[in-house]
Amino acid sequence: MSTTADRPAQEFKVVGSRPVRHDGVDKVLGRAQYGADVKLSGLIHGAVLRSPYAHAVIKKVDVSRAEAAPGVFAAITGNDMPVTAPRLVDMMEEVTNLKWASERVMAHGKAVYRGHPVAAVAAVDQNTALEALKLIEVEYEPLEAVISLEDAMKPDAVIIHDDLVGDHLGEKVPHTNIAEHTRTEFGDPEAAFAEAAHVLERTYTIARAHQGYIEPHSSTAFWSPDDKISVWTTTQAPFGVRSSMAAVLKVPLSDVRVVPTEIGGGFGGKIGLYMEPLAAVLSRKSGRPVKITMDRKSVFDATGPGPGGQVTAKMGVDKDGKIVAATATIRYMAGAYPGSSISAATAGIFACYKVPNVRIDAYDVVINMSKTAAYRAPGTPQATFASESLVSELCETIGMDPMEFHLLNAAEEGTRRPDGPVFPRIGNVACMEAIHNSDHFKSELGESPDGKLRGRGFASGYWNGGGNRSSVTISVNDDGVVSLVEGNPDIGGTRTTIAMQAAEVFGLPAHDVHPTVVDTDSVGYNDLTAGSRTTYASGQAAIEAARQVVEEIKKRVAMIWETEPENVSFEDSVFQNKVAPDQRFTFKEAAGKLGQTGGPVSKTGAVNVRGSGGGSFAAHLCDVEVDPETGKVQILRYTAAQDAGKAVHPSYVEGQFQGGAAQGIGWALNEEYYTSPDGVMQNASFLDYRMPTALDLPMIDAIVVEVPNTNHPFGVRGIGETSIVPPAPAVGNAIADAIGVRMYQTPMNPSRIMEALANKRNGKNGHQG
Amino acid sequence: MTQQETPVRKVPVACTLNGQQTEFLAAPYQSLLEALREVVGLTGTKEGCNDGNCGACTVSLDGRIVDSCLVLAAEVDGRQVDTIEGMAPPHGLHPLQQAFLEEAALQCGICTPGFLVAARALLEREPHPDEHRIRLWLAGNLCRCTGYDKIVRAVQRAADETT
Repeated sequence: MSTTADRPAQEFKVVGSRPVRHDGVDKVLGRAQYGADVKLSGLIHGAVLRSPYAHAVIKKVDVSRAEAAPGVFAAITGNDMPVTAPRLVDMMEEVTNLKWASERVMAHGKAVYRGHPVAAVAAVDQNTALEALKLIEVEYEPLEAVISLEDAMKPDAVIIHDDLVGDHLGEKVPHTNIAEHTRTEFGDPEAAFAEAAHVLERTYTIARAHQGYIEPHSSTAFWSPDDKISVWTTTQAPFGVRSSMAAVLKVPLSDVRVVPTEIGGGFGGKIGLYMEPLAAVLSRKSGRPVKITMDRKSVFDATGPGPGGQVTAKMGVDKDGKIVAATATIRYMAGAYPGSSISAATAGIFACYKVPNVRIDAYDVVINMSKTAAYRAPGTPQATFASESLVSELCETIGMDPMEFHLLNAAEEGTRRPDGPVFPRIGNVACMEAIHNSDHFKSELGESPDGKLRGRGFASGYWNGGGNRSSVTISVNDDGVVSLVEGNPDIGGTRTTIAMQAAEVFGLPAHDVHPTVVDTDSVGYNDLTAGSRTTYASGQAAIEAARQVVEEIKKRVAMIWETEPENVSFEDSVFQNKVAPDQRFTFKEAAGKLGQTGGPVSKTGAVNVRGSGGGSFAAHLCDVEVDPETGKVQILRYTAAQDAGKAVHPSYVEGQFQGGAAQGIGWALNEEYYTSPDGVMQNASFLDYRMPTALDLPMIDAIVVEVPNTNHPFGVRGIGETSIVPPAPAVGNAIADAIGVRMYQTPMNPSRIMEALANKRNGKNGHQG
Repeated sequence: MTQQETPVRKVPVACTLNGQQTEFLAAPYQSLLEALREVVGLTGTKEGCNDGNCGACTVSLDGRIVDSCLVLAAEVDGRQVDTIEGMAPPHGLHPLQQAFLEEAALQCGICTPGFLVAARALLEREPHPDEHRIRLWLAGNLCRCTGYDKIVRAVQRAADETT
């Protein structure tokens, strides 16, 4: 594919415009079909019995009374699920061991988190199914729950998985809760610290936070008598669900057809398998299609969240404020099974800077809570809360303006990321300059009229984004409209951003490309909707398919004009005979002539986009007002600048910046799992797990920076995730500016603010490091 | 207690649903949300939490917005229920629906029906709410995708355009 590397800025007709999204009318009418909206002939309803204990041996499960109840069609336990041998599968944002993936969907002999499925029933309606759960007898032997890093990592820790063999710096270690300890090293940080003019080390604690999608998980399955399994499910990864379903159920891959429904938010939390295999096995037993929909409490108890943990970060600078070394120790709680994005945390923690000497240790630790899932830029907001809070405090210590510090040390093209890769052309500095030039930055903070304390904070952030496999098929209709078939669930406008890239090639209006998301039998393989890859990678598949269509139509019109295809040009949606320039067809005219020139034109772009998604950097600026009487923090003003490479649909790019900022603000100020010592979440509802409402937030100014990505024909970067990375430190730095005390723990809720203010009065610093 | 011991008698409900006289049978424990979705077959009203905290199931009951998960279906007998399905005129869109499209005020779209029903009730009462008033009115509806910015702008736009 061509690149934008050394060409002048491209001009676009469709890309960069703001058409109404193709699926918009269905969604504002309430007609779009989400997971729970699936209706099938003979559909019955499932319900799942979940462990009340975070850690317990399941001595006996008896479903016989439930099975015999009127209206109940089937009941299953772990014994109805095939036993799966350990095998690692890469789901891109998550690496999953199939044995654990299988045990996670239904406990086999032991419950390892509160909410772990123990049995399931299918009945004529939801209420009958829920009533039948009460008839299931389970005998548990509760075990000590391991729910903190300290308890999980201590030498005599209670061990959660007997079969977990840890990888500790390459050494295989049995009998441990530390699934992985990795180290990334470059240069000699100790020597550099010894010679540094200033060194600062701090430890930060970050709470578990849930993705908080408004649509609970819902899966429907029908296991046909011919052993074909159809699954309708709300997922980011239909092809991932297909392969892991096949593996967990021990059926051939191609016997599973996954139909992705509309998806009501995911943010990484709808990648893995949850109830799909349970619905399938209940269907096989009952002969009926079975739908299982989670309630909100189960969503909190048994899915997601993003990992909490502890990060110790250390940075040394020379007398001019130039970074000489940085180190970090990252400890994340993966939940009941390994896999807490420590490699992304390692990649991201110091990515915004040139760090000549670096060492990053990272620990992936299992505890007795639901397995964490990817959550928007997985692992990176937590690590960046540490690094960007540290940088802010360091700037204060050495009396340097944070913006000046960032610009002096900013990673740029050619900078080696601390974990190895060298950055291509990136927008790190451009984002900081955008903030520097913003009205917000130039504005006065002003005084609160009623004695509240105001402060301003800045932080930057990074997410690499992925490429990988995508397939898109484009077919030309007689009227010159094209249909576009794709396999990525549209979680926030990607039907349109993919269609727009094809439309750009054709020179057609965006609405002359009709995109449809189809099931796994109806399109080539597509990796999941995640990793900021969909617009970037599936867009490239669409461009590739569109270019093939154009080449094919050139052959057709050449046939009509009795010339060679090389003599046909295509520009501004017009085919023209270069030899006889009077001969021209618009795309639409040519489309009407395909029947008489060889038949239909339908082409597939199948790509495997290698290497970096280009990397999208962001810089955020935040003004807060802190009430010293109550500790409440109000966000007064917020600006998010981020590099989109080229914004395909600027409104949806802004929406990603704003939405990520809002999630990050929630993580910063409110969101947290309150857990009892025996591992039971105490705030498993939207009342007590408080996500930001419209009243909690101001307008969020989105500044779209465009530094073209050399890996995409139009310069597009994946942009969905970076926006959640800077908010927590930006908010924390603003609070520190307001109250004169540093915050070392999320959420920075009223009680912690009051504690920080009390410490200040008593002359104490709250840091633990 | 199982159904075996106590057979549940369904309750007849007659209401005006989106302007049409509608009759259905609901179990006594059934919420209006469940009845709309599972009995009547209108799935535009969404379940996000089933405990009155997310607003995805917002409907209008006698002109007042309610979380339909907190209303028993049997309670709407003789009353007027308006859902997202009744919002658009035939072959058209309500100005709020159009504004949501133009302003890109939805990403995943699951919360959108609830926001639209709630915002309509606001504009019916107060045709020109300021930003704070819009935010206060919509604080019972959670959106996890947009950060609310574009939703608030869409409501402002619809208010401006309907004058």
